[in-house]
Amino acid sequence: MTTITDPPRESFKLSMLLNDTRYRSYTFQFIALMVLVAAFAFLLSNLFSNLAARGLNISYEFLGEPAGYDINQRLIEYDSQSTHWRATIVGVLNTLLVAFLACLTATVLGVVAGVLRLSNNWLISKLMSFYVEAFRNVPVLIWILMINGVFLAVLPQPRDFRGDNATASMVADSFAFTGRGIYFPKPIFNNSLTGSAGSDWLIVLIALVGSFIVTRIVLRRASVTQEVTGVRPNTLWVNLAIWFVPLILLALIMGLAFDYPALKGFNFSGGGWARGSLISLWLALSIYTGAFIAENVRAGIQAISKGQTEAAASLGLRPGRVMNLVVLPQALRVIIPPLISQFLNITKNSSLAIAVGYMDITATLGGITLNQTGRAIECVLLLMAFYLAISLSISAVMNVYNNSVKLKER
Amino acid sequence: MVDQVAFVRTEQLPQLAPPASEVGLIGWARQNLFNGVWGSLMTLISIYVIYVALAGFLPWLFGGVWTTASLAECREVLDGATGGCFSVLTERYNQLLFGFTYPAESYWRPTLAFVLLFVAVAPVLFNTLPSQMLWFTGIYPFLAYYLIWGGPILGPIVALLGFVVGYIAYSKLVTQSFAMGFFGGVAAAFVTWWIGGFVVDAIAPDENMLAAVPSRDMGGFMLNMILGTVCVSLSIPLGIALALGRQSDMPIIKWICVVFIEFIRGVPLITLLFVANVVLAYFFPPGTNFDLIVRVIIMITMFSAAYIAEVIRGGLAALPRGQYEAADSLGLDYAQAMRLIILPQALKISIPGIVNVAVGLFKDTTLVSVISMFDLVGMIRGPIANAVEWNGIYWELFGFAALLFFVVCYGISQYSQWLERQLATDHR
Repeated sequence: MTTITDPPRESFKLSMLLNDTRYRSYTFQFIALMVLVAAFAFLLSNLFSNLAARGLNISYEFLGEPAGYDINQRLIEYDSQSTHWRATIVGVLNTLLVAFLACLTATVLGVVAGVLRLSNNWLISKLMSFYVEAFRNVPVLIWILMINGVFLAVLPQPRDFRGDNATASMVADSFAFTGRGIYFPKPIFNNSLTGSAGSDWLIVLIALVGSFIVTRIVLRRASVTQEVTGVRPNTLWVNLAIWFVPLILLALIMGLAFDYPALKGFNFSGGGWARGSLISLWLALSIYTGAFIAENVRAGIQAISKGQTEAAASLGLRPGRVMNLVVLPQALRVIIPPLISQFLNITKNSSLAIAVGYMDITATLGGITLNQTGRAIECVLLLMAFYLAISLSISAVMNVYNNSVKLKER
Repeated sequence: MVDQVAFVRTEQLPQLAPPASEVGLIGWARQNLFNGVWGSLMTLISIYVIYVALAGFLPWLFGGVWTTASLAECREVLDGATGGCFSVLTERYNQLLFGFTYPAESYWRPTLAFVLLFVAVAPVLFNTLPSQMLWFTGIYPFLAYYLIWGGPILGPIVALLGFVVGYIAYSKLVTQSFAMGFFGGVAAAFVTWWIGGFVVDAIAPDENMLAAVPSRDMGGFMLNMILGTVCVSLSIPLGIALALGRQSDMPIIKWICVVFIEFIRGVPLITLLFVANVVLAYFFPPGTNFDLIVRVIIMITMFSAAYIAEVIRGGLAALPRGQYEAADSLGLDYAQAMRLIILPQALKISIPGIVNVAVGLFKDTTLVSVISMFDLVGMIRGPIANAVEWNGIYWELFGFAALLFFVVCYGISQYSQWLERQLATDHR
């Protein structure tokens, strides 16, 4: 009979730092930390000696100085006497504007293309495959420049709209597609409630948010009624009224009117003007990212096992309801995380604005401001901090969502 | 009884042919093209869209002019008819492919390197090929560097020698432990390069067999290919290391990797290229001066390594816990378990993701045109679009660029789908 006894406790030896798995991780981490600290010390000492040699320092005071350059596309008041900081804010808003627009259209395009790619119709599904492959395999920069080429090379110049035998004409007397951008009727308020256009639009926004909240409440009460009685009350008309009645009332009270663009001299005046750079960036980003979203949507739908579709069909659901009630709710769990990272990609790719001269933050802070002030390190750091803040906040939202829809197993 | 039954068939009837509308071309068309009102409507709309697109595109493609010397001449030849001025491609193909300062008499060198690239990657991509070919893959980076950059041949040879010595040291020491072998190999390689540096300086010949071409002369599609291949191949080992680091139990290593990966993934590539262009020089010791192309390679490699690390982390997470436990129960240490059990399976799962990152990275190499490097897009937007003869030409050039990228990227993604089918060992 043998007895197993604990091996005698070894006393600590120096070689155990390398050979014993209990202590080895401390050795490795210590080495890694030392290497990291040494690398940072090396880089920072180089940085400071280089800066000293060129008589520079790290300072953000340049942000308070007048920028001295113009930004043609802007959402807030800005002129060349405004500060670099103001120019940066204009750039941030422009980035967010094009990213927001592109996210909306890319989602619509991607969902439509992804669903149609699974269509029974051979021609449609092949056409959608062609769209997806063509746009996924060509750099987005080339698409941006190509679509910008439409504005530069194809569309007529404003002067072509002049005269009796003009070579170009406006669409429905209100839209003008020119090489300098698209002119469109701009909604204005004749009897402003607050005195400034910005706060009038804020009122409209508040009304929309209010409508959204009220419709959510209506839908929730409908669900409660359905749970109790088994019959779902028809909410369509109530919801339509909640959305549109406040808007129509606001439009009547504030005197909504449209300011139409009109040809004055060699250019259009009045109305709204979306510059060609904005449109080409927006379209290119949405079509390019739409192709990726289409693939995500297709993968999400295909990830739902065929048994789900068959089970739903055997319950007697029609194909439309199978899609809406059974397949899509499950597919969304798969689709939404990659969809949100595509939104992130749009935001990051919008930095390519610099290639077509759209004044986003990369073009203002990382372009003209950087070149004018020569403060490369500060500008690039601020630029990175901005994008990092957006990315991290979106991934935080995504993590919350992922946890909320996670399959609860065991 | 029997004669009360009017009629009993004694043999089976021959089967009727299926209705003509259900089989053959008509049946296929009814099922796949004209299935219901909506289906038919969609088909008709798509046929119209295809017709409009082709009616615009085909005359432009086939009516094109290929031989004129300038855009004005080309428009004269066309005389108002629809057609592309493809003569810009025939006249400027060398600039589009090699950039505008690469010496013309040396065009054969990058071309040869490009052809050899296929020989070098073939044994990696197709494991039916004899594994002896991997020797050439090992030599290829140094050969390609020598072909494209030229200069004294001893430089690449010493670099290769360092790797060989490092590998020998590694294989001698790895029997003791992986860490010993790894660090021993690295140290041996560095010693070789250090000694070799003196040797190269001492016996540098006056005349080089291949004339040296400075990095700033690289351009055109060649630059995209160089950046794409170099950065992808460098970032895969780095990405594996980062992914393993992120999975590690050691908190310091883990947090270093997490911060690095999340930082890189959070910022656009353009800002990293700005760093390479204007900031990175501040962090090097005073007096050192790296080529812009080297700085860009460093930043793009870091960028794609972070993305590849995330892909591989997904592969590692997808492996069942039992694989790790099985490796442990065999008594393998960490390095052995990773090399023999975990990574082969995890990498196999990650192949589609890695290929996606590689394709994305190759497309992103066009971004270097923003920091005024003359890659394919940079050439089109810069020297060619500004040339007097070709001012105002868009579609032919961008179409050509799009076609080149499409061929490469579509080819890579088709390969990855083929490989996925090859590696599918589960029987479904």
